[in-house]
Amino acid sequence: MSVKEKAESIVDEFSVFDDWMDKYSYLIELGKELPVIDEKFKTETHLISGCQSRVWLHAQDENGTIIYTADSDAVITKGIISLLIRVLSGEKYDDIINADFSFLDEIGLKAHLSPTRANGLVSMVKQIQLYARALKLKSES
Amino acid sequence: MSIDISKIRSDFPILSENIYNKPLVYFDNGATTQKPLSVINRISEYYKTENSNVHRGTHYLSQISTDHFENARSYIAGFVNSASHKEIIFTKGTTESINLVASSFSKIISSGDEIITTAMEHHSNFVPWQQLCINNGAHLKHVDLEKDGTIDLSKLTELISNKTRLITIAHISNVLGTINPVKEIVEIAHAHGIPVLIDGAQAIAHVNIDMQEIDCDFYAFSAHKAYGPMGMGVLYGKEEWLNKLTPYQYGGEMIKDVSFTKTTFNDLPYKFEAGTPDVAGVLGMEAGLRYIEDLGIENIKAYEDELLEYASCEVKKIAGVKIIGESVNKTAVLSLIIEGVHPFDLGTLLDQMGIAIRTGNHCAQPLMDHLNISGTLRASFALYNTKDEIDIFVKALRKAVSMIIN
Repeated sequence: MSVKEKAESIVDEFSVFDDWMDKYSYLIELGKELPVIDEKFKTETHLISGCQSRVWLHAQDENGTIIYTADSDAVITKGIISLLIRVLSGEKYDDIINADFSFLDEIGLKAHLSPTRANGLVSMVKQIQLYARALKLKSES
Repeated sequence: MSIDISKIRSDFPILSENIYNKPLVYFDNGATTQKPLSVINRISEYYKTENSNVHRGTHYLSQISTDHFENARSYIAGFVNSASHKEIIFTKGTTESINLVASSFSKIISSGDEIITTAMEHHSNFVPWQQLCINNGAHLKHVDLEKDGTIDLSKLTELISNKTRLITIAHISNVLGTINPVKEIVEIAHAHGIPVLIDGAQAIAHVNIDMQEIDCDFYAFSAHKAYGPMGMGVLYGKEEWLNKLTPYQYGGEMIKDVSFTKTTFNDLPYKFEAGTPDVAGVLGMEAGLRYIEDLGIENIKAYEDELLEYASCEVKKIAGVKIIGESVNKTAVLSLIIEGVHPFDLGTLLDQMGIAIRTGNHCAQPLMDHLNISGTLRASFALYNTKDEIDIFVKALRKAVSMIIN
């Protein structure tokens, strides 16, 4: 599945929830299911500082695609991270750099991505793309 | 007189708003209180019928505006029982009031001097002193807290030395709700000839504030935490101290005479009020404080104590809840953590249920470090809150916890 198709499948999944509780329960479930990040990556270097919840992100190059792993101390934040990872992990540099994040808007999570929301997700999206640019440059050098 | 809660609630238009189609439960009063119609109307009236710059015009409106502005100063001086209206300096809020004193103190603090504060301060009463000490080679000492979130006065006394130049402390902690024994602290400090600044941001709407009784040298508060508008506040300073300090900013009303080579500064209180003041803000602040006075601060305190006690009892029934700040002398602030649950997750889910609380470190990171926690969930009450709202909050909290844990 392409990045776009994966994003569309998430929008489909969320379209069945007509109330906020089901949606957040699902996010919490996803958060709990997010594969654990290797403890050695839960360091200051991998920390994306949001104001309230802490987010750790690690990126690894595997033959031109990037494998992301991440964690957060807040489970809803983890749920949203797991959506981002599902869409972007294992994709090529350019597909990550050019990814469209409007699916988060479509599933009603736009507020979580507003820069004034102090949960680190905006910085996380930036960091995901920054890794993609950096690893792309490294592969070309 | 007791509190007529339905009458009070009808005074605050925002309380009948719906959030995500649910009635708003507003428990973020420690961040800012809502505004009654009397405040909203006063500001609107000013711009409709009185707007004019103060202290300089010869025309009618300017005179009216100036009269109302200065009458508000006198009213506020009376509200906090200061000895003179000259001791009431208008600022943008508590943070600016404290920065004003820190800025002026930077001229008199020398290398090796010491300032004493506590581990419970808001960043606004911590960072200005920390930076001043760094810049001037001085030392910022702090009193650690007891387990219940109070200060042991003997520990404070131990920190005092002949190098201590100032003690600065919150009247009420914005995280713990602890009411500090400010009068006793001032007595201890003055016995050593040390001035005291009190951060009254969380106190002004909740307890009686009496400058002559407390006898502190500086007291800072904001209008917006006392039913008034944002961007307006007061620095109370004893006249002898304000006369000693140099101005904070230059220009406008704070000037008496200017030549090409020198400037003489205006008398108090104008010496510290540079530029055109926020006149509507001052009048709105007056209206907010009058609202408090009409109800009576003792009635408000008794009612809010009842709310706090009820809320504390109810949240304790939830498994895993730990209340942060258990001073016997506390008010209007209920901070808690729940084992295995991140405050941010709770805040997100409560928001979906129309409940406005605050989560995080509450601009008190040193306190969070001291308590070894990353943040709390804070419900903070005001005179328009009800036990019914607390029931809604507790029910919502249970629901949120079960969603996260199950």
